[in-house]
Amino acid sequence: MSGLIFFRNAEEIAARIPDGASLGLPPDYSMPSMAVVHALIRRKARDLRLLGVPVLGLSADLLIGAGCVAEVESSAVSLGEAGLAPRFTEAVEKNILKVKDATCPAIHTGLQATEKGVPFMPLRGVIGSDLIAMRPDWKVIDNPLKKNDPILIVPAIQPDVALFHARWADEAGNVWLGRRKELATIAHASRACYATYEELRPGDMLEDELLAPGVLSSVYVSGVAQAVRGAWPLSVTGLYGIDDAHLGLYARAAKTKEGFQRYLEEFVWNRTPAKNSSPVASRA
Amino acid sequence: MEPHASEELLACCIARLIGGAGHVAVGAASPIPATGAFLCKFLNKNASRISLLQKRSGNPFTEGSRELFDLAGQGRIDVFFLGGAQIDGAANINLVRSEGRRFPGSFGSAFMYFAAGRTILFREEHSRRVLVPKVDFISAPGWSPPGVERGGGPQALLTGKALFDWQPDRRRFRLHSVHPGHTAAEIRDDTGFDYDAGPAVQQTPVPSRQELALLRGPVRIAITENYPEFGKRLWPPASPA
Repeated sequence: MSGLIFFRNAEEIAARIPDGASLGLPPDYSMPSMAVVHALIRRKARDLRLLGVPVLGLSADLLIGAGCVAEVESSAVSLGEAGLAPRFTEAVEKNILKVKDATCPAIHTGLQATEKGVPFMPLRGVIGSDLIAMRPDWKVIDNPLKKNDPILIVPAIQPDVALFHARWADEAGNVWLGRRKELATIAHASRACYATYEELRPGDMLEDELLAPGVLSSVYVSGVAQAVRGAWPLSVTGLYGIDDAHLGLYARAAKTKEGFQRYLEEFVWNRTPAKNSSPVASRA
Repeated sequence: MEPHASEELLACCIARLIGGAGHVAVGAASPIPATGAFLCKFLNKNASRISLLQKRSGNPFTEGSRELFDLAGQGRIDVFFLGGAQIDGAANINLVRSEGRRFPGSFGSAFMYFAAGRTILFREEHSRRVLVPKVDFISAPGWSPPGVERGGGPQALLTGKALFDWQPDRRRFRLHSVHPGHTAAEIRDDTGFDYDAGPAVQQTPVPSRQELALLRGPVRIAITENYPEFGKRLWPPASPA
């Protein structure tokens, strides 16, 4: 675990993510590090390029609304049941945000190519979609192993930084992701990986046969920091549920620029430990 | 006839469209398709497997969100659902943009429409704004030319007013039934694309007593767990006596 850093808090991770970095982020249901997202807004990060693996929600909408983002590559940006992502939608409609539209398995496939160290990978489907015309980096080729079989190839994707939240880290620098294996894929494919976590476990989780299959080995981890309830208002399965009421509150507030600024004022700029605590989970 | 919500009627339509499929997958933000899928599961006495991408506890996927697509790519998903900000008469769907407006994005549609055995198109709004002659952006095409590998395609289009069957040989929709309270003439007026229709259009059957009992019992529980806002709106919790 050479070079792995135990940071004191999410702010220190945000300080390590430079302006202009490409940032691989999970969907709202898969533990974005909201603690670092808030810290990036507080440090006034600029020109970030977000990669949704494979879609984005609240984390991206906050960063876009706060002016931290130059470009988004994703298969979708939405707040799920709470509706459209208002800051994303307005930024695209006003033509101030560059979007590289994708489709979910194309993003997974591009990351898997990087995991394997190959320059591209093929993907079925997609041919006939207007997505291809908008993506000069995607190509339809003839299957070299079979005649008359057009197939899409997508390039390997390598984000500068993988960023997410996790239930546990341990003293050896391993991070437990459980079933959220897309987080492992992002980490494997990225140049650096930072994670916040709920609790630090003593020892080495790789020594525990039950925990080990859900562990991201420290070989992929650049640094970790504790952030209790660091996914709030999103969930950590088994620990706390999505704060649906808060997501609804955000969706309403962020419909206007002024409402969004008031939201930032209350929940990001002046965040106090009291305001940082999620209500008791409805259901994890 | 017991009174029912329009969402309950739509869920019954979806359950009939699914029929005896072995494996039904439901993607992001699709509470009515999920309701229909769970109704089908309970009507089939659990013979169908329902994989809900967003299931909050006991999620069926353990390989991350790519697993759904890998399963579909191998032909292990029999039925999937897609919607569209715009849907056209050739069953193309648009989830990206139209007339200066931006929608969330294509999600997995450009792959799933090809890979799932059959796809049920669902959009509650039935208007000329949504059902257009030609979509402004093709997120996923309804048809692929010979030579392009494609495992499946559209089965039907269900809206808040009517059900259309897809005719793969003609590459056109055919009006199957009109929901109670609407007429065939109204459907023609509110649909921006041309479609086939028989001389006498039938009415969509209303939910049976058995279907309503399942919807308001086990289906309500399964749905409210995963789509709390939708579940509480459709089946408000009984107020304390």
